[in-house]
Parts: sequence; structure tokens; C-alpha cells
Amino acid sequence: MLTNIKEGKLLKKNIVQIKDVVKRFGNVLALDHVSLEIPSGEFFSILGPSGCGKTTLLRLIAGFEIPDSGEIFLEDKMINSTPPYRRNVNTVFQNYALFPHMNIYDNVAFGLKLKGIGRAEIKERVMRSLDLVGLSGMGDRKPRQLSGGQQQRVALSRALVNEPPVLLLDEPLGALDLKLRRQMQVELKSLQKRLGITFIYVTHDQEEALTMSDRIAIMQTGKIEQMDIPPQIYERPRTEFVANFIGISNLFSGNLRNGNGKIYTLTTSDGFEIKATGEGIRPERNATVMVRPEKIQITPGEPKNMSHNINILQGKIEDMIYLGNVIQFIVKLKEQKLIVLEKNYDKTFEFKPDQDVFVSWDIYSTFVLSERVENERLFAQV
Amino acid sequence: MSEIRSRKKFNAGEFTLGVHSWLTYIFLYLPMAILVIFSFNKARINAVWTGFTFEWYKVLFNDTALAGALVNSLIVAFISTAIATVIGTLTAIAMYRYKFPGKGLFDSVLYMPIIVPDIVMGISLLSFYVFIRFTLGLVSIIIAHVAFNISFVALVVRARLHGYNKTLDEAAMDLGANPFQTFMKVTLPLILPGVVSAALIAFTLSFDDYLITSFVAGIGSTTLPIKVYSMMKFGVTPEINALSTLILFISMILILISQRLGA
Ligand SMILES: Nc1ncnc2c1ncn2[C@@H]1O[C@H](COP(=O)(O)OP(=O)(O)O)[C@@H](O)[C@H]1O
Ligand SMILES: [Mg+2]
Repeated sequence: MLTNIKEGKLLKKNIVQIKDVVKRFGNVLALDHVSLEIPSGEFFSILGPSGCGKTTLLRLIAGFEIPDSGEIFLEDKMINSTPPYRRNVNTVFQNYALFPHMNIYDNVAFGLKLKGIGRAEIKERVMRSLDLVGLSGMGDRKPRQLSGGQQQRVALSRALVNEPPVLLLDEPLGALDLKLRRQMQVELKSLQKRLGITFIYVTHDQEEALTMSDRIAIMQTGKIEQMDIPPQIYERPRTEFVANFIGISNLFSGNLRNGNGKIYTLTTSDGFEIKATGEGIRPERNATVMVRPEKIQITPGEPKNMSHNINILQGKIEDMIYLGNVIQFIVKLKEQKLIVLEKNYDKTFEFKPDQDVFVSWDIYSTFVLSERVENERLFAQV
Repeated sequence: MSEIRSRKKFNAGEFTLGVHSWLTYIFLYLPMAILVIFSFNKARINAVWTGFTFEWYKVLFNDTALAGALVNSLIVAFISTAIATVIGTLTAIAMYRYKFPGKGLFDSVLYMPIIVPDIVMGISLLSFYVFIRFTLGLVSIIIAHVAFNISFVALVVRARLHGYNKTLDEAAMDLGANPFQTFMKVTLPLILPGVVSAALIAFTLSFDDYLITSFVAGIGSTTLPIKVYSMMKFGVTPEINALSTLILFISMILILISQRLGA
């Protein structure tokens, strides 16, 4: 399936390209040499903590900000200085920004009227667009008479009615409650697939990004840390930041040696030796490796399978947390604690707090994270 | 004794407030009430009530000199309000939307006419007109009124813009509206109540301005306040009472409209 996506990518043209863009606000570096390419029809998510530059990146594509340096291309045209009203993109704003003095019909018809389209066609397209988001018959109401979820749909309808090749969405579901958000996620995704429009979707909700996106860019302090398909982001986070931001990670730090080929050995400060895989990693330095909690097995005695491809450590159960379908164990090694998630089957209940246990996992589930050069430089200065 | 009275305790604050509001009513509204009443009085002297009449209103409408002054005042008020409202509104929007070097200084300069005493404005405008050899007349009055009204309009519109959501302008542009279309279809309709009340205030300020106008008015450009003042030299006539009553009535309507819109 992964190869299919890759093949698909080759066939499709990039509709949006951002090349080495820098944007400052005073002395805040909001975007720090950002580059990305988005193929036509992709659901592309930008995920990152608050203040990392997500909105700024969208605003640059929409035309509300001009980059200090670098270039932005839309459908192969350089649009750095094209004003927003001449760009073939539409935006769903974070707080919807519906025009309060117009009814829903006029809100949705706004873009079409400006294009000088005939009355009859406008009416037909507005009706179709309202229908698409399940709001037919609401045309006469004013925005303030609608619920948050309905206003969100109007914002979506107002943008989609213009049939833009690219739709920019800035945390469009952020203001909705959890249940409505989950429902809208499904609707948005199926709408995007059906219409074939490129979505550039900003969110700080990792689950949302993982479930909806074709590809995700993880941002931190104005930089893209990693850009990949969702399984890759989860299974192969490249940096410590991504590993911690997406899901739960167990991290080990220590001195890294190269074993043979792609297998490395990390010696932690409390003396554990952990084997990990990696590619093109520079050994003989301090490094961090990671393993996801659900990849780890917990056993009362030493595991029978004595393959060399397994990391085995000894520890003591410090805590057990019942989460329903899974049980979360906190296992204390010498100094470090490890989070382990086990499926909830009957045997899991035989474990008791303070019990001595073995934890083991496949070395191919352990990865050496890449160093963040900037960080090292930063620490060197301190 | 004091124990008997303490059933209703004496409250200094309440007492002061009560006296204050009564004094306000007496000194502000009682003279107005008297003025209105005496405009319908048969007697020529404002001292005794001798019977009801519309006589003074008839005299008023037949007084051509007064009518001429009224027309002048209306011309000045309408034109200066229109110009000041447009420029003041655009200024307020520019100040709200853009950052530019020297904005703080411009801001202070803009509101100068509100702080500077009228007499200083009158003298400086007159010296300026004399300096550039500008003939005094209705035009010089209009320019003077525009000058002080821009500040008031900008101030009122700016207050209205304070809660304005800039994202709405961006949403309009995102949907294809150029800056002018954005202003006409989104910004202006949303701040219109503020603009209208600003215009009403500007109209009132222009219509009853005496001091500045008296400096920059020329021969044949007498406005109503100047005319009334010159008539007053011979005492308050019932005709002036009638005129004041009409102006009071119109002002009250304007204030009501502006309050309705401001809410
Ligand atoms: N107009 C602006 N003026 C000054 N600083 C800004 C402006 N817009 C954004 N910033 C700053 O740029 C950084 C990135 O902001 P933003 O793109 O809004 O982040 P996000 O959407 O990821 O939360 C933040 O530090 C923010 O304070
Ligand atoms: Mg944001």
C-alpha cells in the first residue's frame, strides 16, 4: 500500500511548492528556511505545537503575508507578491470569519458574485454547496443563529463553492467538542476524496493528523522536523521532538557504537546495552534511541526466544494502569522508567506491582534518532 | 433624639448625589423648559404668561435675514459633515489597519483640534487665511469646520473599529474581493453605525459653532449662531425662543437616532 502511494505521487504534479521560505516578525523567526512540495489532490497536514509557525505558513500561501526570502509557487507560477484576491486558493479560517451582516446564502455566494457569475448559476452552486455540507434550507439565517458546528460547515461551504484547486484549513475543527470533531473529521476526509481538492490542513491534534492525512509535516519553532506518510511518522520518527510529539516513546540516551552495518549498540549511563537500527548515523557519540511502548513484551521470567535480534532488560513493575483494552505498565529499570503497553488478556492480570520482570523487544523496533544540529550548537553555547 | 432618627440613617453619599442630580435638572433643563414655554407666550417680554400663541413662529418664518442665516448654516453643516465624515472615516481605518513610521505623532496631531481651545483655532485659521490671501466667506467656514470635525469623526469611528475583527477583511479578500470591494461590502456595512453617529455629531458641532466661525466668516456669510448672537444684543426676543425651540427639537431627534444606531 505504501508503494502505491509513492507511485501515485510520481504521476501527480506538485500544485504548491515552497522553496526555502523565511519569515520574521520583528525578532521572532516564524518560518526558518521552510521548503515543501504538495502534489495535486493530496490531504497534507501541518502538525505542531502552538506558536510553531503553522498559521504563518498558511497565511503565506493565502497571500496575507509576504516571505522575507524564498519563493512560493502555485500551479507552477511564482506568487510571492500576488495579492490574496488574485490567488486561486481559499481559506477556512480558524474562527470561521463569517460575515455577520449577511445571511448564510450571501456568505456562501460572496465569492461567486465577485467573479461576475450569473444569478441563476450562483443560486444553483450555492444550493449545491450548502447541500454538500448538510445545510440546505439554512440560507436565510444569520451566522449568529447557527451552532458552532453549523458555522464551521458554512465556512467550508463558502470556500468550496469557488471550487479552488487548493483549500487551506487552519485548525478548522479546533473549536468543536470532541464528538462533533470526530464526526466532522470523517466528513471532511470523505469530502476531500470525493472532490479531489488539495487540502492543506493545519492542526495541533496528532490523532486528527494521523487519521486524515496522506502526508504530514511536523513543525517545531519555524522548522519542518519531518515530512512523511502517517505510518512512517509514527513508526520511524526521525528526531526526539517527533518521537515525543506523536504518541508515547521510550527514549534511551548514551554512547553509540556501530556494531555491524545498520545495527548500533547504545550503552546507557546505568550500564544497559541496547541494540538499535539506523541508517547513515554517525557512531562514537552521545545519541538517543527510541522504542514504542506497545512493541515491548513483559514476561515474569527470561524470554525463551534467545535470538540475537532482541533487546532484553531486567526491571521491576512500579505501577499498573488499567486502560480498558490495554494495560499500561511502568517498569523501573536501574535509573530509568519504561512505559509498556500490553493487550488486555487474562494473563496480564497475573502481574503485580513490585514484581521483578523482564522486558524485551525486537531490535528492529528500536531506532537511533538523528541529532538536531541546531540543538547541539545551542547547548554548546550555554 | 439621634436614636429616634436613626431608623433611616443619614447617608452623605446618597444625599450629595441627590442634591447633585436635582441641581443638574434645575440648571440644565429648567431654562430649556422655560425657553420652550415662552416661545408660545403672547407677551413680548419673558416675564409673565399672557396666553398661548404660534405668533412668534410665524414671525420667525417670515424673517428673511434669519432664513438666510439658517440656509448658510445648513450648507456649511451638510458640506463640512460630508467631507469630514469621508476623510475622518478613512483616516480612522488607515490608522487601524496600517503601521507606518511616525504613526504616534500623526495620532497626536490628528486629535489636536479637540484639545486646542476654539479661540486659538479661530485666530490661527484667520491668520492663515489672511496669510494666503484667501477670501473669507462660506468656503472659508466650511474648510474650518472640516478641520475640526475630521478629528471628532476619526475618534468616534476609531472607537467603533476597536472591536472590529480584521479576519473578516481577510476572508473577503480570500474570496476575491479587492481592497475597495472589501471596504464597500464588508468593512463599511459593519462600521456604518459608528460612521453615522460620527456624522451626526459632526453636523451638530458644525451647526452650532459660534466661536471659530465668527473668526473666519466674511460679509454675507452669516451663519445662524452668529445671527442669533447679534439679535441677542437687543435682548432675548420670543422669536429667538421659537428658533431655539426648533433647534432643540431637531437636535433631540438627531441624538435619538445616533443613540439608536450606536447601540
Ligand atoms: N503578525 C504577527 N506579529 C508578530 N508576531 C507574529 C505575528 N504572527 C505570528 N507571530 C509569531 O510568529 C510565531 C508563529 O505564529 P503562528 O504561525 O501563528 O503559530 P501557530 O499557528 O503554529 O500557533 C509565534 O511566535 C507568533 O507569536
Ligand atoms: Mg495558528
